[in-house]
Amino acid sequence: MLMTYLEAVRRGIWEEMERDPNVFLLGEDIGVYGGAFKVTAGMLDHFGEARVIDTPISESAIVGAAIGASLMGLRPVAEIQFADFITCAYDQIVNFAAKCRYRWGAAVPMVIRAPSGGGIHGGPFHSQNPEAWFAHTPGLKVVTPATAHDAKGLIKSAIRDNDPVLFFEHKALYRRIKEDVPEDDFTVPLGKAAVVREGRNLSIITYGAMLYVAREAAETLAREGISAEIVDLRTLVPLDDQTVLESVKKTSKVLLLHEDTLTGGMGAELAARISEKVFEYLDGPIVRVTAPDTPVPYSPPLEEAFLPNAAKVAERARWLTHY
Amino acid sequence: MSAPAAVRDHRQAEQKRELAFEFLRYMAMMREVEDRIERKLYRQGKIVGGVYVGRGQEAIPVGVGLTSDTDDVFCPSHRDLAIFLIRGIHPRQIFAQYMGRVGGLTRGKDGNMHMGDMNRRIISIISAMAASVPVAAGAALALKYKGTHNVAYCFFGDGATSRGDWHEGVNLAAVQKLPVIYVCNNNQYAYSTPLSKQMCCADVADRAPGYGIPAEIVDGNDVFAVHEAALRAVKHARAGQGPYLIECKTFRMTGHSAHDAADYVPRHLLEEWERKDPIARLEKRMIQNHWAKQDDIEQLRAEIRREVDDAVEWAEKSPFPDPSELLDNVYERS
Ligand SMILES: Cc1ncc(C[n+]2csc(CCOP(=O)(O)OP(=O)(O)O)c2C)c(N)n1
Repeated sequence: MLMTYLEAVRRGIWEEMERDPNVFLLGEDIGVYGGAFKVTAGMLDHFGEARVIDTPISESAIVGAAIGASLMGLRPVAEIQFADFITCAYDQIVNFAAKCRYRWGAAVPMVIRAPSGGGIHGGPFHSQNPEAWFAHTPGLKVVTPATAHDAKGLIKSAIRDNDPVLFFEHKALYRRIKEDVPEDDFTVPLGKAAVVREGRNLSIITYGAMLYVAREAAETLAREGISAEIVDLRTLVPLDDQTVLESVKKTSKVLLLHEDTLTGGMGAELAARISEKVFEYLDGPIVRVTAPDTPVPYSPPLEEAFLPNAAKVAERARWLTHY
Repeated sequence: MSAPAAVRDHRQAEQKRELAFEFLRYMAMMREVEDRIERKLYRQGKIVGGVYVGRGQEAIPVGVGLTSDTDDVFCPSHRDLAIFLIRGIHPRQIFAQYMGRVGGLTRGKDGNMHMGDMNRRIISIISAMAASVPVAAGAALALKYKGTHNVAYCFFGDGATSRGDWHEGVNLAAVQKLPVIYVCNNNQYAYSTPLSKQMCCADVADRAPGYGIPAEIVDGNDVFAVHEAALRAVKHARAGQGPYLIECKTFRMTGHSAHDAADYVPRHLLEEWERKDPIARLEKRMIQNHWAKQDDIEQLRAEIRREVDDAVEWAEKSPFPDPSELLDNVYERS
């Protein structure tokens, strides 16, 4: 069935709530209003207010309460209205949720959903990509779907997972991406990347909204006779480095692409793993195309300059191919 | 038909006597375990890292803890060791925990009182002050969600009530009418910071009306008073009327932690509160009311010492974790 990325997330949650009465939702404006982006529209009416809880503006309490409920056997799905505000709950996530299993053997199955990413003129407070903050924290899983199919399959896996999962939905994809998504109960496993385009000359490793930038660049490059392979990571933790390394071994050149800023981003980690594990296969330097190390600017020309785009990717890819 | 008044009075007195013994047993056990930890094992270098005790505050976890049902859930603070004892954690496990052995509740992954056990419905202490307040709201939410009449007990110090998490957590629980019992041990210091620099209201209880929840202040060194307040709070919460705050006035009779000499605390305050020692007070009351003879109390103390000797010995024999366990349990499959 044709559906948007947003609808895919919504269907995934809906199905999990139908399947498991322990799944419930909490967050700001998710009930009566159906969520700032309407991901939870209709859920209050269908599932009732015990399972769709409108909370005060209290990110730390939302996440803290999700952890407490999870420890008691429920499966909370908490929404942070904008991923930027997840910082208000950082302590609960990083200091408590992430460490429970390791410290005292207590499982914390819960999902924190947060719309992240730029390209919607949201400015510095409504556009960030905070995935690397959490990918650095042992004990958390980090999921970043790029397609509607994966958005549904991954949210379902995330809800069934027995560890705390951060689920970053790219808000610029919510209504932009519309594709055929199975209506049945399928899942996409956490920790499995996908080779979404086969190629010979270089590998573009990416995730989230940048998948579409990579695709556009690959089309341009193809017209020039350069064959780019694209790997969509889908989950950042667990990181499927096997798929990445196989691709690099095959093409011998790699371009790492993310919308998050440069320093300490996922690209840095991938670069390290690639050079540690398949250095001998490389025929050129590892190239990163990312946002620069600045806050996400508001004004359209600034934001456009900030975001990686197909032209920038193609340019670096050409350089790398001819290296 | 009710029993004749004399029989009823006798029965009540007997119940009170038994309760007093139960109080004393847990309070004296907590004191003995913590004395051994702080004044012996820590000084001998057998316990490394930070050590925090609840000396002088034992009436609070004991008076409150003994109002619980098996399926109620606890979020203790770092001065509530008796909660672990009341929930059935053995002193052996506690010493092993403090010594970083596999016999401890965290198998050496964490130390001191930073432990929990969901099988006994104790949510691990969270080091970040007040972080357990939202967590307790979530635990209470789960109890309500499942249609039980159980409650969540959430303990903290006066200083913790300055943190945003405290306010967010209490507010959420109040709005959702969740069955949470907040127990503040107001021991008048947060590390070196006196109450006057922590907040501008006179009592922690003053914070409750801002969230539309009831609060009461009790003498935190009177275990019967604490217990009775907790019974009122539990009744309120079990009846679905939402959270309830109990502020227990007490004093921290040690430094903040074992390394802290607490020179910033005026001596006269320590002397004044020494005279209000909750254990000595309970013993005195038991003797005055003819609930116990001095001999009975001595006997109980001797039993506790023996139990603690055994527990220390057991813990010292518990092995340290093997370094191969380092990577275990970061994730379900790891
Ligand atoms: C968020 C946070 N900041 C600082 C600390 C360090 N710290 C540990 S206990 C403590 C004082 C706590 O005072 P209070 O809440 O009154 O409890 P008490 O120790 O007096 O029982 C401090 C500052 C901490 N654990 N958490």
